[in-house]
Amino acid sequence: MENPERLQRIKKRIEGVSAMDRRNFFKASLAGSAALAAGAASCPAAARESHTISPDALGLLYDSTLCIGCKACVAACKESNEMPPEFQANTEQPYWDMPLDISGKTLTVIKVYRHGTMDKKDEEQNGYAFIKKSCMHCVDPSCVSACPVSAMNKDPKTGVVSYSKEACIGCRYCVAACPFGVPRFTYDQTFPQISKCQLCKHRWKDGKYSACAEVCPTGATLYGKVTDLKQEAARRRALKPGSQTSFPRGQLGGPDQSYPGVVAKYVDHLYGEKEFGGTQMVMLSGVPFDKLGYLDLPPRSDAVVTETLQHTLYSGLVMPLVFLGVLGYAAKRNLKQYEEEKGGSHD
Amino acid sequence: MTEHAHHAHAPAPLGGKLITPVTLCLGALTLAAAVVGVIRFIFGLGAVTNLNDGYPFGLWIVYDVVIGSAFACGGYTMALLVYIFNKGEYHPLVRPALLASVFGYTLAAVSVIFDLGRYWNAWHIFWPGYSNVNSVLFEVATCISLYIMVMWIEFSPAFLDKIAVGFLKKIVPDIKRIVAKLMFLFIALGVLLPSMHQSSLGSMLIIFGNQLHPLWQSGFMLPLEFLLTAVLLGFAVVVFEATLVSMGFKRPRETDLLARLAKFMWGLLLVYLVLRIGELVLRGALPHAFQATLEAFWFWVEMLCFIVPLIMLAKPASRNNAGKLFGAAVLLMLGGFMLRINGFLVGYETGDGWHYFPSLSEFIVTVGLIAFEVLAYIILVKLLPVLPALKPASR
Ligand code: SF4
Ligand code: SF4
Ligand code: SF4
Repeated sequence: MENPERLQRIKKRIEGVSAMDRRNFFKASLAGSAALAAGAASCPAAARESHTISPDALGLLYDSTLCIGCKACVAACKESNEMPPEFQANTEQPYWDMPLDISGKTLTVIKVYRHGTMDKKDEEQNGYAFIKKSCMHCVDPSCVSACPVSAMNKDPKTGVVSYSKEACIGCRYCVAACPFGVPRFTYDQTFPQISKCQLCKHRWKDGKYSACAEVCPTGATLYGKVTDLKQEAARRRALKPGSQTSFPRGQLGGPDQSYPGVVAKYVDHLYGEKEFGGTQMVMLSGVPFDKLGYLDLPPRSDAVVTETLQHTLYSGLVMPLVFLGVLGYAAKRNLKQYEEEKGGSHD
Repeated sequence: MTEHAHHAHAPAPLGGKLITPVTLCLGALTLAAAVVGVIRFIFGLGAVTNLNDGYPFGLWIVYDVVIGSAFACGGYTMALLVYIFNKGEYHPLVRPALLASVFGYTLAAVSVIFDLGRYWNAWHIFWPGYSNVNSVLFEVATCISLYIMVMWIEFSPAFLDKIAVGFLKKIVPDIKRIVAKLMFLFIALGVLLPSMHQSSLGSMLIIFGNQLHPLWQSGFMLPLEFLLTAVLLGFAVVVFEATLVSMGFKRPRETDLLARLAKFMWGLLLVYLVLRIGELVLRGALPHAFQATLEAFWFWVEMLCFIVPLIMLAKPASRNNAGKLFGAAVLLMLGGFMLRINGFLVGYETGDGWHYFPSLSEFIVTVGLIAFEVLAYIILVKLLPVLPALKPASR
């Protein structure tokens, strides 16, 4: 699914980028501030803390080893979000909804990892595995930080990252900023908009939850409180591979729909626990995540870096005003001098 | 600008014919862009651009806005030099630079409307309740808008006479007086605001995180790098425009003035290169420049555009050479262009399988906007007192 060369390249990039240690970071920010403040002594330290997850945060647990690739979630997601089908003209079945990736028309897809003979499920070598793609509902989302008009919002209680078409100006900065490539744009429309998973919050009023989790026949996509989901993930990881256990389906903490199953061999990684400041969709898998298109991301969201800078330079507009004062003084003095010179040479 | 009615170099309209083969060509290019614009607004961005979710920012944002505004920094740089650093001898360069800036910026702002998918909501940026002060883009948009207003006010003494009609004519002197009185404030804002948004255009890249190649993802240094190159571009553009204007309108060259200007430009260039390379070394990202990648290639193109002018202008004598000076200015403009193209497009990669190269229509709009800018500049210097009047002796 992912080409290894590119992954290698991106890995190198990540190393290069995160090698910017605290020391350089301060040096750089000092130099930057110094230039901007023109020596203004009042530099409010406003380093922004990483956001922490709400205790009531809602999310999804996706377990790749349970996924059978039926794409019931993809169909249910389309239906309950009233998204149009996507046809692939160059295939044998051009009349079916066949999204290859999330897009302006598709909020979630199931992708497949293939290797060699593809004999065994959830094996990296000569195996295959499924993976879900949809919004991660980041704890400290780049899209929310980037959006100039607050069209991307993170609910303080549920943590659901939602989008407001009414507010959006269509600048697509969120598309560029999201590290998971989630927000998509409908370029083909006269009046376009952003498309992204909003955890089906529109279904809550009918007492329903995420359609993708509701229809999942194996519980590979599970809906619930993030704390519960993480607990469930920890339980599975602690079990012996090959042993019998019970897997819940639908909504964790909802009506019991569990069924007995066999525990797979997991890689030692709950994706989304730490990545990018944490996400509210967390994932388990038998194949390393970078093989599934989920890259190694630093533990700190880039929103923190950006907003630390912005707050340092602009909080309370102190620095700009000091700078303006210095500039105004200089301009006034020099203007006066020019006036006098002019007067002197002509009168 | 205060009135310089008695000054030896007082600006005066150039006069002359408005309809020439050159202006006709520029007009045709502008029209072509307008046609693409109509298609875009009827059928959507996808109908005319190659934009996609892997490259949501394309030529229109990166060239028309990010680069266009940096190329329009002549007014900013000259104001900084003349009014803040008290270099009065460059006064004759201020007004033409300001005219180019006010046009460059206004067009950059107008072209954003082409690019915004939901342009009818654009006012949300400034509306309390919608505005997101944490967003770098909010800061950029607000600062650019304010700066455009400030520049038009600064420039108003040059055109108020021409456009005022009826009773408005009576209040023109009052407006001029008020503007003259507050000129120091407008000048200060005219330096502060570009400092803010030109640096923030660099900060916009920080949130791209790992999606941006390490040769450009310099985090907190990005705003400083963008700011320094914006000032550099300001110098380069002033040299570029002054040379073209003197050639195009057959006026004597201001080589002497430009040569002295080049000294500042050279010093700043040195500072920039030391910072840029020093940062790469400290962060350990420099090895990326020696890999056989497309990114490394474009990195070197960018760097050479900065390094070559540094060598070209090292000797004071070569700064007096109009040809060399012009060449160095063009290279610097290319360097600033490449830094921005690299940061926003070449070095950006969000995932597998995404490609972007601007479509013909995108180029038509960009070229059309430039054509319109040049056209407007030509017409305005012929009609308005912008360029310093020539003393009979220098003819
Ligand atoms: S995955 Fe992307 S779109 Fe979803 S919350 Fe995180 S930054 Fe926003
Ligand atoms: S495209 Fe819309 S939601 Fe995304 S950053 Fe721009 S205004 Fe915000
Ligand atoms: S939560 Fe809803 S919108 Fe999101 S992927 Fe699942 S079904 Fe689609």
